[in-house]
Amino acid sequence: MNLRATGIIFRRELQTYVRSPMGYIVAAVVLLLDGVFFYATALGPEAGERLSGLVLAGFFYNASGLTAVAAVALSIRLIAEERQTGTQLLLDTSPVRDWEIVLGKFLSALAFLSAITVATLYIPLLILVNGKIAVGHILIGYLGLILLGSAVLSIGVFATSLTRHQLVAAAIAAVITGVMFLFWELSQIVGSPLSRVFAAFAIHGRHFAGFLSGLLHLRDVVYYLAVTYFFLFAATKVMEAKRWE
Amino acid sequence: MVQLTDVTKYYGRKRALGPVSFEIDRGDTVGFLGLNGVGKTTLLRILACGLRPSSGSVTIDGLDVLRDPHEVRKRVGYLPELPPVYGDMPVSDYLTFVGLLKGMSREQVARRVPEVEEYARISEVRDMPTRTLSQGYRQRVGVAQAIIHEPDLLVLDEPTHDLDPVQIMEMRGMIRALKDRHTILISSHILPEISETCDRLLILNDGEIVASGSEAELSERLMMSRRMAVTVRAGGGAAQAPEAVIAAVEGVTRVERAGAAGRGDGDGADADPATYRVEGAADLRAAVCRALVEAGHDVIALNRAERELERVFVGLVGGAKS
Repeated sequence: MNLRATGIIFRRELQTYVRSPMGYIVAAVVLLLDGVFFYATALGPEAGERLSGLVLAGFFYNASGLTAVAAVALSIRLIAEERQTGTQLLLDTSPVRDWEIVLGKFLSALAFLSAITVATLYIPLLILVNGKIAVGHILIGYLGLILLGSAVLSIGVFATSLTRHQLVAAAIAAVITGVMFLFWELSQIVGSPLSRVFAAFAIHGRHFAGFLSGLLHLRDVVYYLAVTYFFLFAATKVMEAKRWE
Repeated sequence: MVQLTDVTKYYGRKRALGPVSFEIDRGDTVGFLGLNGVGKTTLLRILACGLRPSSGSVTIDGLDVLRDPHEVRKRVGYLPELPPVYGDMPVSDYLTFVGLLKGMSREQVARRVPEVEEYARISEVRDMPTRTLSQGYRQRVGVAQAIIHEPDLLVLDEPTHDLDPVQIMEMRGMIRALKDRHTILISSHILPEISETCDRLLILNDGEIVASGSEAELSERLMMSRRMAVTVRAGGGAAQAPEAVIAAVEGVTRVERAGAAGRGDGDGADADPATYRVEGAADLRAAVCRALVEAGHDVIALNRAERELERVFVGLVGGAKS
């Protein structure tokens, strides 16, 4: 497997995030809201006394929602913008395979999202200094955020491969992600065996619970990787179908 | 170099192209001429390996575009109607990106980028983001990206699109300079662009090729008569007026005086030059010129009628529609 073209596209896309205001806006909003939520839930007058492990879990819970929103925002331009501006023709008429394009774009968004996520590290470090938490809990929580971000990014990449309109791509990605979030709520309402099916496919809830409390389950890691693979595969197939049309 | 056999392209039930068949030899510069919406862009995108034909076969340099698309893409440079530039990228970074994307090594790209920048005369804007460039510069960047990997086949879709007259002349100059190195296919609905830069024309109408050949061949084949304009200063001692001399030349079917700068009627002393429009069954420029000189008149200018190709083009398209 030759990843040369993937690397070329990865670097170009990453430069676009750094050069464009959009990347900074997403980063600024995520970091601001992470800080505000942390202040409100852990430091503010309404926070109350809590175990530091629970405070950390609360931070990861809030950060997971923001990570999902940021993932949608970062991914929707990836392919739709190429179609909108006509640069997709350059990719289509170059000796580059569709999966190389999809992977390069996805990895650039994942790298940028990971950088934003890691920039919140000061919050767990504050908890570490002032409370009693394990470093492993922090690492597992961040692994969970990046895996969740990866899964939602792949949904965004799939959505952006379907259309030339970024707003439409955003709506598609938001609906798919929202439905997959709701699976957990549905699993609480319906009876077995449907509840088990919904719980198994829920993107949050059961699969993210372990990361919140610092427990690493192989099942959860495999789930997020499988969702990522599935949607990137689907995006590649859409690109292949559209490349010649 | 390029071979198309019974190629068609349908969008749903609508036929956009074909069936078309033609061959293009290595080193040729071929123009696809047609009104908007007749299938020029569809045809060029098929040749650039960006669109799959609904039926038929396309081979480029002996390679089938459906079987070896990536090998074909390495051999083709493509400039779409709107240059595919990333607005946020400086020109040099963009050309480097395209070169790498086309399969060149970093060393090759580092050597080639300054070359194409100099060739396309974009060196002075090499550090500027492409979104800040004028349309003329963008189009030149578009040509630079199409030739960066030194492709055998260059496909240019309306290369003078949205350019001002000076930029159009510069673009024509660039294309002429590329003729030594590439087989070039150009589409346009602007006739002078095609006639001045191409060795051969393929005229498209309603998705089909309705005529092919050089401008002279098309004119010869499709028009019953040939036109020319001859400007004459009548000689004082000439026995016959220029109009009568021209009319007497074998093959001339019609002579019409286009107007004179002064009183030149050819029946007295040396007159001001007068221009005559002449139609004949063949190219009669030499015979008309000889007859006028032998009759004692001065031939000041002798040209084929202007806008000859427009007449051919309109005749072809009109004929195909009727």
